[in-house]
Amino acid sequence: MITYTFLQHYWWFLIALLGGLLVFLLFVQGANTLIFRLGRDEAERTLIVNSTGRKWEFTFTTLVTFGGAFFAAFPLFYSTSFGGAYWVWMLILASFVLQAVSYEFQSKAGNVMGRTVYRRLLVLNGVAGPFLLGTAVATFFTGSAFVVDKGAMGTAGALAPAISRWANAWHGLDALADPRNLLLGLCLVFLARVLGALYLVNNIADPALQPRLRRQVAVDAVPFLLLFLGFAGLLFTGKGFAAAPDGTVALESFKYWHNLTAMPATAALLLTGVVLLLFGIGRTLLRPAFTRGIWPAGAGTVLTVLALLLLAGYNGTSYYPSTADLQSSLTLANSCSSETTLRVMAWVSLLIPFVLAYIAYAWHAIDRRSLTRAELEGNEHKY
Amino acid sequence: MGGPLLEWSRAQFALTACYHWLFVPLTLGLALVMAIMESIYVRTGDETWKKTAQFWQKIFGINFAVGVATGLILEFEFGTNWSNYSWFVGDIFGAPLAIEGIVAFFMEATFIAVMFFGWNKVGRGFHLASTWLTGLGATLSAWWILVANSWMQHPVGMEFNPETVRNEMVDFFAVAFAPEAAVKFAHAVTSGWMTGAVFITGVSCWYLLRRRNQRMALDSIRVAAATGVVAALLVMFTGDQSGLDVARNQPMKLAAAEGLERGGKGAAFSIVPGVEVPGMLSILATHDPQGYVPGTRDILEGYTDGEGQAHPSAAEKMERGRLALAAFRDFRAADLAGDTNARNEARKQLETHVDYFGYGYIQSEEELIPNVPLVYWSFRAMVGMGCLLLLVQALLWWQARRGRLEQTRWLQHAGLWSIPLVYLAGQAGWIVAEVGRQPWAIQDLLPVGAAVSSLSAASVQTTFFIFLAIFTVLLVAEVRILCRAIRNA
Repeated sequence: MITYTFLQHYWWFLIALLGGLLVFLLFVQGANTLIFRLGRDEAERTLIVNSTGRKWEFTFTTLVTFGGAFFAAFPLFYSTSFGGAYWVWMLILASFVLQAVSYEFQSKAGNVMGRTVYRRLLVLNGVAGPFLLGTAVATFFTGSAFVVDKGAMGTAGALAPAISRWANAWHGLDALADPRNLLLGLCLVFLARVLGALYLVNNIADPALQPRLRRQVAVDAVPFLLLFLGFAGLLFTGKGFAAAPDGTVALESFKYWHNLTAMPATAALLLTGVVLLLFGIGRTLLRPAFTRGIWPAGAGTVLTVLALLLLAGYNGTSYYPSTADLQSSLTLANSCSSETTLRVMAWVSLLIPFVLAYIAYAWHAIDRRSLTRAELEGNEHKY
Repeated sequence: MGGPLLEWSRAQFALTACYHWLFVPLTLGLALVMAIMESIYVRTGDETWKKTAQFWQKIFGINFAVGVATGLILEFEFGTNWSNYSWFVGDIFGAPLAIEGIVAFFMEATFIAVMFFGWNKVGRGFHLASTWLTGLGATLSAWWILVANSWMQHPVGMEFNPETVRNEMVDFFAVAFAPEAAVKFAHAVTSGWMTGAVFITGVSCWYLLRRRNQRMALDSIRVAAATGVVAALLVMFTGDQSGLDVARNQPMKLAAAEGLERGGKGAAFSIVPGVEVPGMLSILATHDPQGYVPGTRDILEGYTDGEGQAHPSAAEKMERGRLALAAFRDFRAADLAGDTNARNEARKQLETHVDYFGYGYIQSEEELIPNVPLVYWSFRAMVGMGCLLLLVQALLWWQARRGRLEQTRWLQHAGLWSIPLVYLAGQAGWIVAEVGRQPWAIQDLLPVGAAVSSLSAASVQTTFFIFLAIFTVLLVAEVRILCRAIRNA
């Protein structure tokens, strides 16, 4: 039976899945941070830029769809978080805007700022994008300072009071004051770099770059693992935001650990995800001939993020908790769209497998052969 | 109404939308023309058509990224700057945006990669399909965003729910396939085709003036000018339909676009102040020379339209809006107190006045009138330039067909100078549509002052200037890159 509650959970699942895909696709950002670090000459830098340049639109589109899905399914999150944590989201957007044009503009004559500046912007987005996204998503577990009062709409006045208000003047920058948020932000930066290097290992057939890329996987995997373990440790031993069936939100010790034990399927997803990720990294490091590490590591990333976001929203948990007023915290039930909208959108979501299938087909058609210097020399459309 | 927060929020949104609408029409237009060119190549096997199509695809690529980037900001600005709006109507408005992402953006993003990088990797048929699908993706995305926009101008298919304090969707198909949305979509997309066609003919005329790439230029003009003529006629037709919709659903916008204070039956159309065509406005607005068109004052004072339906005065609407807000407050209070009778009573009272909900936030009648001179002159600019552009495209097409274009230098100049005009016409059209509906974020339900996020004006002012700087640098870079690419071709 497809109930309202089921639809809310279904849509949270889709958002968690989109979140997982988005983090996987941040390999574009991660690889871009390596342009200057690993590209020793112009030819090598061009190879890296052109390799990620064929994928950036997937990352970008997933980010847009992630936002759109939140708007359609959980509009109160859209209004509370975007309107409240204003600065964090604005900085994320600005960094992605600069990235979007940098590919197309960098090698074109007359581009005003010169190639190096555009590439530095790619690096900037490569660090700032994952870091700020990680910091923002960490607040799903650590909480933010906001108040929601829907009754505010009833007050007439020159400027009608907003339903959602941020409880301090930092408007999202306050997230940077919580070390747990920073931990996840940094963790995502290094994960993106690991995935970026794994992607390049797979996508570029270049004897000079290959060994350096593999070394880079190891260099970034160590801080990533430490940061991930640190965040996971704090998450599972700390307090969480439990929502009772009547909607009351209260702090609960070991909440996310309880969620994990209460939802064995999610625990299995998390475990599988982590194992796949480690397998992708480990096998790439141990076997010089193995170039497909990005696939298990990518799938592992999707599953891990999916599982973490399910832990944030399922099993009576507030997925966007308020530290300023616990009862303002957002839960699936109090922030979602109407049953009609969720139902209509559930029908639309049936198109997603079809979309994924044509993406996979087109991706395969373009990447049948790995990118080489020779291909770029003869190419009409090169960044 | 207002204050600096509202003004900066509006300025930021207008800035983003203006810049977005500089890039998107060219994307829509180039997508169509380059797909036609590639189709000719695939059908005839003529390599020059492949080169021509590839050249315009390169231009498409340069332009595309900035449209994508500004579009991202636009989507998120609904949340960041209009957070009350996002909750109040997110139940209806979010769906088209999500569908746009799932259905349209991925199609665009996937096949644009095949179009750019697949020439030597996939078969001709698959490549051609990818080029068409890139354009189709862009066009589908226009459909969904214009569904959302047209819903704001004429909200249908929803009901206000005082428990959740928002409008909730009751009829998806009424929203997704509203006739007003179809008209708006057709008008916007065909104006995009027109932009692409004018751009291509303009650039080609420049080549002719310089006596360079003449074969490509003439081939391009043949395809693009024909597209331009058809598109311009469609723009006119859909613009006329759009006028009917506005007259029916947003009479204030129409009155502002005409600078009409006092209307009536057989209203005259003002070409410029002092020059009028008797009865013409009634014909345009109602398709009847004796049709009734109200002016801004008539709307404020209340009037009876041509079909005998009475429209209350602004004062009455504001009074009913205040009653709706009061009933909403009573409903909340009764709900909290658990008083079922009072709750039902308040709900009934709310339902009586809910159509005027947004008027409860309006402080004075004058707020209900948009910026008349701006809308009036934008409308004239849009229509005037549109007609001129049609004429130039038709002449270009005719002269190219007769093989005389290479000798007609003045027409080549006219073709080149059409490029700035088509952009001005597009911006003017956007101003008519969006400034003309002020103060409403959602017509009659939510004025912009009640939609805005709770931020400091200084924050929004800062991001406004950040985006102004970024967008302007991008625009300058894009124009310079385009000029170089065109000059070096």
